Amino acid sequence: MSNTLFIDGQEIPFAPGQTIMDASLEAGIYIPHLCHKPGLTPHGSCKLCTVEVDGRSVSACTLPAAAGMKVDNNTPALQEVRKTLVQMLFVEGNHLCPTCSKTGDCTLQALGYHFGMLDGHFPPFYPRREVDASHPDLVLDRDRCVLCELCVRASREQDGKNVFAISGRGASAHIIVNTSSGKLGDSDLTLDDAAAHICPVGAILPKNHGCEVPFGRRTFDLHSVAESDVAHVGLQKTEHHDE
Amino acid sequence: MPKSLSSGAGQQPHDHLLHRLHDLQSRFLHIPPLEIAPLATELDLPVSQVESVIDFYSFFHRSPRGRFDILFSNCTSCGGLTLMQQLCGLLGVQPGVTRADGMVSIDQTSCVGMCDQGAAVLVNGRTLVRLTAAQLPHLAQLVNTATPLDEWPADWFAVQDNIRHAGLLLNDTLSAGDGLRAAVQAGADQLLAEIRQASLRGRGGAGFPTAMKWQFCRDATAPEHYVVCNADEGEPGTFKDRVLLHSYAQQVFEGMALCAYVIKAQHGFLYLRGEYRYLVPSLEATLDAMRTANLLGENILNQPGFNFDISIVLGAGAYICGEESALLESLEQKRGVPRVRPPFPVTHGYLGQPTVVDNVETLVAAVHIAVHGGEWFRAHGTAQSAGSKVFSVSGDCTAPGIYEYPFGISVQDLLEACGGQDAQAVQIGGPSGTLIGRAEFGRKLAFEDLATGGSIMIYSAQRDLLAVVRNFTHFFAHESCGFCTPCRVGTPLLRKYLDKIASGHGTVYDREEMARLGKLVKRRSHCGLGQTAANPLLDLLAKFPQVYAERLLHQDYEPFFNLDAALTTTRELTHRDDAEAHLS
Repeated sequence: MSNTLFIDGQEIPFAPGQTIMDASLEAGIYIPHLCHKPGLTPHGSCKLCTVEVDGRSVSACTLPAAAGMKVDNNTPALQEVRKTLVQMLFVEGNHLCPTCSKTGDCTLQALGYHFGMLDGHFPPFYPRREVDASHPDLVLDRDRCVLCELCVRASREQDGKNVFAISGRGASAHIIVNTSSGKLGDSDLTLDDAAAHICPVGAILPKNHGCEVPFGRRTFDLHSVAESDVAHVGLQKTEHHDE
Repeated sequence: MPKSLSSGAGQQPHDHLLHRLHDLQSRFLHIPPLEIAPLATELDLPVSQVESVIDFYSFFHRSPRGRFDILFSNCTSCGGLTLMQQLCGLLGVQPGVTRADGMVSIDQTSCVGMCDQGAAVLVNGRTLVRLTAAQLPHLAQLVNTATPLDEWPADWFAVQDNIRHAGLLLNDTLSAGDGLRAAVQAGADQLLAEIRQASLRGRGGAGFPTAMKWQFCRDATAPEHYVVCNADEGEPGTFKDRVLLHSYAQQVFEGMALCAYVIKAQHGFLYLRGEYRYLVPSLEATLDAMRTANLLGENILNQPGFNFDISIVLGAGAYICGEESALLESLEQKRGVPRVRPPFPVTHGYLGQPTVVDNVETLVAAVHIAVHGGEWFRAHGTAQSAGSKVFSVSGDCTAPGIYEYPFGISVQDLLEACGGQDAQAVQIGGPSGTLIGRAEFGRKLAFEDLATGGSIMIYSAQRDLLAVVRNFTHFFAHESCGFCTPCRVGTPLLRKYLDKIASGHGTVYDREEMARLGKLVKRRSHCGLGQTAANPLLDLLAKFPQVYAERLLHQDYEPFFNLDAALTTTRELTHRDDAEAHLS
């Protein structure tokens, strides 16, 4: 059998060692995802890339592709599941889009638009979480953290550092900084680190660049999260591809 | 061997992070902040790893607990939360808040595995059983007079085996080394063939063929291979491993050595749940006796190159570590978060090396198979479930305890054996298993029908099943590791829905939404914890729908916000409880 698999009936090729997500990204097929970023070790925690293979629920970002595999992706039932998962992520944290400087550039928010989410639906948790503004160039606002661990992995795998980790258990899980004080300001994180910019939500934000790119002109104000060719942009004007 | 565990092969590795944190916790009654960075440096771990482990495991605390830290099980079988409230009253403490003089703290903990002899509590990690209300004034006095635990009545700590019915394994009298002698005489290939012939399947509940697991591991090429005995028996209602580790420990360790012989492992770990800490001295003594008898150590039974020894690693209050890949993470001194699979532990386990993780009971069965052969074992049980099963029976019956029967015994027969005929419902396999009503009591306990790790919890007609299911749902929310969205967010949400319904504020809409969310959590979670967390509430809905219906409000909608509850704090602070302080 040749190295192809089927996503919603569409046959696409894959290379040995690739996951379902790898193959679909290359083929330009969108499987929703939040905790996945090509180039970093797949994590499989957000479960937005949940697909069904022979009726079995799996994470597209971690399951190796196999020849002849039949994957259900864009089905009404799975879209409903993903919408519910996005709602769950919203009510778990303290996400106040209108006052968040990440608005319009936030993947969580974009996923909410993508799935036609109109409300958080579930009773909000209103957790008490700490904000860390000790770093001169960056702020860590845990209210918005979705525990995707992109920053954890980017710091270890791309920056060659080990700035972040997840601590605690269950609903108390939270991001911590690998310093004795626990403060970001005491870490070796710098503004040019991948970990400083990879946050898909507004939990790690650069200071002093809050509104350089005006609301309404940001990535997801102009593009759908499902568009595969949209380069990631930060909040700094110089990097914005639409300017 | 990692550097950190190499000191004294086979000894309880003092340098394991969990053990160091246990030491700090018992010395300082919490983990002092100033100890953390030096410990990280000494163990050559990132400080964030030490911090994250402290906050993951229930038995480590950030602020001081009392000199007597008393944890009441909140299990439906060995729990005693009414006793907890009474003791709080006697000692003048609030649950979870250390008394001002630092003498005592009282709190809840998940099932401590004493379901046949509750109410059970842990006092400074030591297990106290069969606690009754009559004892509480005496206990309070011992606390107030700061009487050391060694001077408390010894019978309070006397854990009994309560073996009510012994079968194939528990009745069989083997001498130390019988299994190993048979194995080295037959050779590793023949031993594996016998295990295969026996059709032995994992006793933790999943039922994976043991021979296949050993074969995969043996076939994986790598510098090291490991055997891990999963003694993190955390499923509420399960306590059979406690008895096996107490009275059959020699066989458990011998089973590990047999596995090591087949897969060519030199080192093994017994990962023991923190709640069974009291077993450590006797387990260490058994290991020492085995070393003396050349059943562990170098050139075991004079077989050149058969080198194998075992270390005990003590958990610290985390149900999720019973999941095998989470257990391996915990062994590696990390938070117990289940790994992404594939790869599986048989090829990428402890420290990335091929590892067999087997249940305590599976390893005991392996020893008997080594002695008597696969055919002997297979002659018992059913075609798909060979051999016997050791059941932990608890709840509303006259004789809770250990029952060993061949696979295939019906629930009804087991109920009659233990005096539980008045049951309205039985929870098979603990909260993660299946709730059945009378109509299903004819079903068989076997992998092909009702698969179970052995927990059988019996509920009489007097029990409020909604309270039982609510207890289980709280348990899962408390024990979720927090890795994946469906479980981390879903289990607390399910808890909210059940609390709302149980308090009489739920509507039909809430019940439907709970069921919808429950199915999502069950289907989409990363590991077995999330995949089973909604079972109790969904089973109750399917089999006892009236239990919900009786509690529902007959209106379209009722908000989660409850004005009366929200005003409670204000009333307390203002010392007002008059009519005007009650707006609703």
